[in-house]
Amino acid sequence: MTDANATRPRTRRDAQFDKIRDREAALAGTRQRTGRFMSKFLNNRLAVVGFVIFAVICLMSLFAPLIAQHDPMSPNLRAIAKPPSAEHWFGTDKTGRDVFARVLYGGRVSILVGLGSALLSAIIGVIIGVYSGYVGGWLDWIAMRISEIFMSFPQIILVLLLVAILGQSLLNLIVIFTLTGWGGIYRMARARMLSIREEEYVQALRSFGLGPARIAYKHMLPNALGPIMVNITLSTAAFILQEAGLSFLGLGVPLSIPTWGNILNAAQDLRVLEQNWWIWLPVGATISLFVLSVNFIGDGLRDATDPSQQG
Amino acid sequence: MQPNDPILKLRDVQVHFPVKTGVFKRVTGHVRAVDGVDLDVRRGEVLGLVGESGCGKTTLGKAILQLVRATQGTVTYSGEDGETELTSLDDAGLFRFRKRLQIVFQDPHSSLNPAFTIFGSLEDPLRHYGVKTREERRKIVGDLLEAVNMRRESMDRYPHEFSGGQRQRIGIARALSIEPELIVCDEAVSALDVSIQAQVLQLLMELKREKNLTYVFITHDLSVTEYLCDRIAVMYLGKIVELCDAEDLYANTLHPYSEALLSAIPVADLDKKSRRIVLQGDVPSPVNPPSGCPFHPRCRYAVDRCKTEVPELRRFKSAKGEHMAACHLIDQPLAE
Amino acid sequence: MANDVALTVKGLKTYIYTNNRCNRALDGVSFEIRQGKTLCIVGESGCGKSVTAASIMQLLPTLSRIEEGEITYHGPDGPVRIDQLPRDGAKMRAIRGKEIAMIFQDPMTALNPVYSIGFQIKEMLKYHTGLGRSDRHSKAIDLLRSMGIPLPEKRVNEYPHLYSGGMRQRAMIAIAMSCNPRILIADEPTTALDVTIQAQIFELMDTLKRDHGTAIMLITHDMGVVAELADDVAVMYMGNIVEAGPVGKVLRNPVHPYTRALLDSIPVLGRGKDQEIKAIPGQTPDPYNRPEGCQFADRCAYRIGACDQMPDETQVAPDHRVMCWRYEEFAADAAE
Ligand SMILES: Nc1ncnc2c1ncn2[C@@H]1O[C@H](COP(=O)(O)OP(=O)(O)OP(=O)(O)O)[C@@H](O)[C@H]1O
Ligand SMILES: Nc1ncnc2c1ncn2[C@@H]1O[C@H](COP(=O)(O)OP(=O)(O)O)[C@@H](O)[C@H]1O
Ligand code: SF4
Ligand code: SF4
Ligand SMILES: [Mg+2]
Ligand SMILES: [Mg+2]
Repeated sequence: MTDANATRPRTRRDAQFDKIRDREAALAGTRQRTGRFMSKFLNNRLAVVGFVIFAVICLMSLFAPLIAQHDPMSPNLRAIAKPPSAEHWFGTDKTGRDVFARVLYGGRVSILVGLGSALLSAIIGVIIGVYSGYVGGWLDWIAMRISEIFMSFPQIILVLLLVAILGQSLLNLIVIFTLTGWGGIYRMARARMLSIREEEYVQALRSFGLGPARIAYKHMLPNALGPIMVNITLSTAAFILQEAGLSFLGLGVPLSIPTWGNILNAAQDLRVLEQNWWIWLPVGATISLFVLSVNFIGDGLRDATDPSQQG
Repeated sequence: MQPNDPILKLRDVQVHFPVKTGVFKRVTGHVRAVDGVDLDVRRGEVLGLVGESGCGKTTLGKAILQLVRATQGTVTYSGEDGETELTSLDDAGLFRFRKRLQIVFQDPHSSLNPAFTIFGSLEDPLRHYGVKTREERRKIVGDLLEAVNMRRESMDRYPHEFSGGQRQRIGIARALSIEPELIVCDEAVSALDVSIQAQVLQLLMELKREKNLTYVFITHDLSVTEYLCDRIAVMYLGKIVELCDAEDLYANTLHPYSEALLSAIPVADLDKKSRRIVLQGDVPSPVNPPSGCPFHPRCRYAVDRCKTEVPELRRFKSAKGEHMAACHLIDQPLAE
Repeated sequence: MANDVALTVKGLKTYIYTNNRCNRALDGVSFEIRQGKTLCIVGESGCGKSVTAASIMQLLPTLSRIEEGEITYHGPDGPVRIDQLPRDGAKMRAIRGKEIAMIFQDPMTALNPVYSIGFQIKEMLKYHTGLGRSDRHSKAIDLLRSMGIPLPEKRVNEYPHLYSGGMRQRAMIAIAMSCNPRILIADEPTTALDVTIQAQIFELMDTLKRDHGTAIMLITHDMGVVAELADDVAVMYMGNIVEAGPVGKVLRNPVHPYTRALLDSIPVLGRGKDQEIKAIPGQTPDPYNRPEGCQFADRCAYRIGACDQMPDETQVAPDHRVMCWRYEEFAADAAE
C-alpha cells in the first residue's frame, strides 16, 4: 500500500526555493548580499520618508500665517459648510471657518502637546526608570510607589484638580499629560533594566569599579531604546487624541482655538460625518500621517541603535 | 612576595541569599549559596573550582571580586602594600583593588554589550583608570586584541559579528585591559565548541606565562581542570569537600563525592573506560541542606554518624603537598 | 544481516531557505541505524546534527526542504520512504512517537508545563495504543518506575515544574518510550545536565538498548560520550559525514584529518597535566559562504590542490568510510 515512487506534490513554495537555490548556485563563490542590503536601504528609506512628512507638517504649521489665506478663527457666514474649492482648499466648517487654515494652525497646538508631552514624559520616565531599575533598593521602591499613585489616579480628576489650581491653558495640558504619562515609560524602562542588569557585561563593568550612573545611562540605556522609541510614538498619538477629548469637555484648550482634536470633535455629529467629509477627512488624514511619520522615525532610530540591524 | 604566597585568603566565607515569598515579601529562608569556605589562592597558580551546577561556584567567584558581598567571613588580599581585608571596604575603598582582580564570564553571548563596538566596550574601563586620550586608548585596545590573537581592526566591529570563541577572547582581552594580577574564569570555555575550547585554553595558558597571572578557574568539566590547574577544590552545596593537587585528585581521590564525579565524566579514550558510579537523586536544595554531611543522602558509604555530624575539612598526607577532604570515613579505608 | 537495520539514510540533502538565502545544511548524508545499537553523531555546533534528526522526524522548519536522498524506515510492515510522506499526514504522525521517538536537548521546555507528567504520557498511549483508561494509568506508572523516578504513584500526577532537570529528562524518555518505539533519537539529551545526572540518563539508555533492542541515534558534541556509549560513530562537519564506522575503528584509528584534530584537541581525564592538546585553528565557515571543495580545507593541515574539489565518500574498510582526498596516507599511517 505504500507507494514508494510517489513524490510529494510540488507547491508554490518549491518554486520559490528553486529560485533561491539557483541564484545561490550561480553566485557561488562571489560574495553577494543583495537581500540584506536592499532591506537595509528600504528601512532607511522609510525613516527618511517619515522624516520628510514630519518636517513638512511641522514647518507648515509653524509658518501657518504665511501659508493660510484665511483667519482660522473668524467665521464667514456666507460660506457655511462649503465643500473644497479654489478659495477654501479644504472647504469650510459649520461656522464658515476655513478648514485648511484651521488644520495648519491646529497643528501648532497639537504637535506641541502630543510630541512635547510624549518627549517630556519619556525623559522623566527614562531618567528615573533607568537609574532606579539598575540600582534597586529603597530608591526603586519609592519611585515605584510614586508611579503607581500617578497611574492609578483617574486622569480626569487630576485634570480637574490642576485646572482648578492653575487655570485652563496649553501648558497645563502638557503638565497633566506628562504627570500621567511618565509612569508607563518609567515602568518599561525599569523592567528592561532589571533584565539587562543580569547580563554579564554589566557585571564586568561593575568589576571594573565603574559608577552606577555611568553603567546605567551610558552602557545599559542604549539596549533599552527600542521599546522606549515605540512607546514615544504610541503616546504621541494617544496624547493628540486625548487633548481632543479634554478640550471637548472644556478642560483643555478653549474650543475656539483650533487644534486637531477640536476640529475632529466637530465631526461627532452624524450628519457632518455623512455629508461634510471635508471637515473631518483632511484633519484625520493629517493626524494619521503625522503619527505614522513619527512611527517611521522611531523605527529608524531604533534600527540605528541596534547594531545587528546594520549590514 | 614569593611566588607561592597566598594572594587571596578566604576565611569562613558565607553568602546567603534571602528567599522572599508571599505578597509581603517576607524572608522565609536563605539560599546557602556559599556556606563557610576557607581557601587560600596562591600567587601564580591556577586553582580549579569544580562541582555540579548550583553548588555555589559562581557565587564564590563573585564574592572574591566583591560583586556579591559575603554575608559572613573575610576575603583578604595581599599585595605589595601588605594585606587588605576586601570584605570590610566600601565601593570607594575597593576601587584601588578592582584593578588587581578581574573576571571572565561564561556566556559569550551576554558578556559583551551589543550596543557598542568592541572599542566602545573596552575603552570605558581604561578611561576610568586614567588613560586620557582616545589615541592611547585605541592603541591599548588594539594591543590587547593582538594579545588574544585577534586583529586590531576588530575593535570597530560589533559583538554580533563575532563567533562564540572570538567573543570569549574579547572577554579575556577586556579582563586583561587593566593588568590584573588575578582573573576569575567562570566557565570560560564551557559554552564553546570543543575545537574552539582548545584555542581558548592555550591562550589562557600563554597569557598566564607572559603576564604572570593567577587564575581561579571555575568549571564543571574535570578533564579541563586536570589539564589546566595546579590545585583543585571540589565544591558540594556551598562547601569545599576536597582540596588538593590536580593530579592527586585523580590519582588519589579521597572524598566519595569526588570519586563519583570523576567516574561520571565520559572519557574520550576507549582504553580508559572506567566503571561509572551512578549517584542516585539530585543535588538537594541549598535552602534546606541535609543535616550532618551534606552529601549523605547520595553517598554510598554513608554511616549513621554522617547524618548528624558535619565532617570538618581535614588535612591528609600526600606526596604532592597538602590534601584536604571533609569526610568522616577517610582515616578508615573506604569500604567497597 | 540487512534485517537488523532499522533506518537507512542515503544521500540526504536538506536545505533551509530563510532570509531569502539558501543554507545547504545537509549536503549528502548517508548512514544507517541498527537495531539494538547506538549510533552517535558527533560534530561542532551548526554542522547539521539537529537538522538530520529533524529530517528523519519530518519536523523541519517550514522554510526548508529535503532536496534529494532517501530516508527509509524498515518497519515491521516493510520499508517506508519517510522522505516522501506528507509532513503532517496521518502516516507520518503514526510513525512519529510510535515507531520513531525523539527526545530533545532542553528538558525544561520540551514538556508542557500546564499538564501533569502522567497526563502527557497517557496522551501518547491513548493516541498510539488501544489501551483502556486504567491500563494507561498503570502503564504510565510502570514507565516512570522503570525510568528510575522515585514514588511513581505520587509523581505521576505532578506537574513538570516540580521535577528537577534530570527527572524531567527521564520523564521525556518515559514519554518517548511509552509506545515502545523501535528507534529513539536523542538530540544532545544531557548537554543541559550535570555529569552526575548525565550518568543516570546514560545508564537508562543502555538498559533500553539491552532490554528492548531499541535502535538509538544519539547526537552529541562530546567525544567522551561517544567513547562511552556508541557502537557506531558518524563524525559530521558542515553538512557532511566526513568519517563513519564502528567506534573502535574511528576512535582508535581515525582516518579523517578532522576526526584526528578533534581527538587531539580535547584534554582527556587521567592523562595528567603533561598531555599535549592541539587546538584546531580558525573556525567553522559561514554556512552561507561554504567553501567550494572540502569543507574542512581552510583549517586542515594536510590541504593540497585537489582539496578545492569536494572529495568522494570512500570505504577504507567495509564498515569504515571517509571523505578526504588523502585518506590513503592517513589509513596507512593509522595501520602502523
Ligand atoms: N530553523 C532554522 N532556520 C534557519 N537555519 C537553521 C534552522 N535550523 C538550523 N539551521 C541551520 O542549519 C545548519 C545546521 O544546524 P543544526 O541545528 O543541525 O546544527 P547542530 O549540529 O545541531 O548544532 P548544535 O550542536 O549547536 O545543536 C546551521 O547552519 C544552522 O544555522
Ligand atoms: N542573586 C541570587 N539570588 C538568590 N539565589 C541565588 C543568587 N545567585 C545564586 N543563587 C543561588 O545560589 C546557589 C549557587 O549558585 P551559583 O553560585 O550560581 O552556582 P554554580 O555557579 O556552582 O552553578 C544556587 O542555588 C542559586 O540558585
Ligand atoms: S561523611 Fe559520610 S556521607 Fe559524607 S562523604 Fe563521608 S562517608 Fe559520605
Ligand atoms: S580533503 Fe584535503 S582539506 Fe579536506 S580533510 Fe582531506 S586533506 Fe584536508
Ligand atoms: Mg555558574
Ligand atoms: Mg543541535
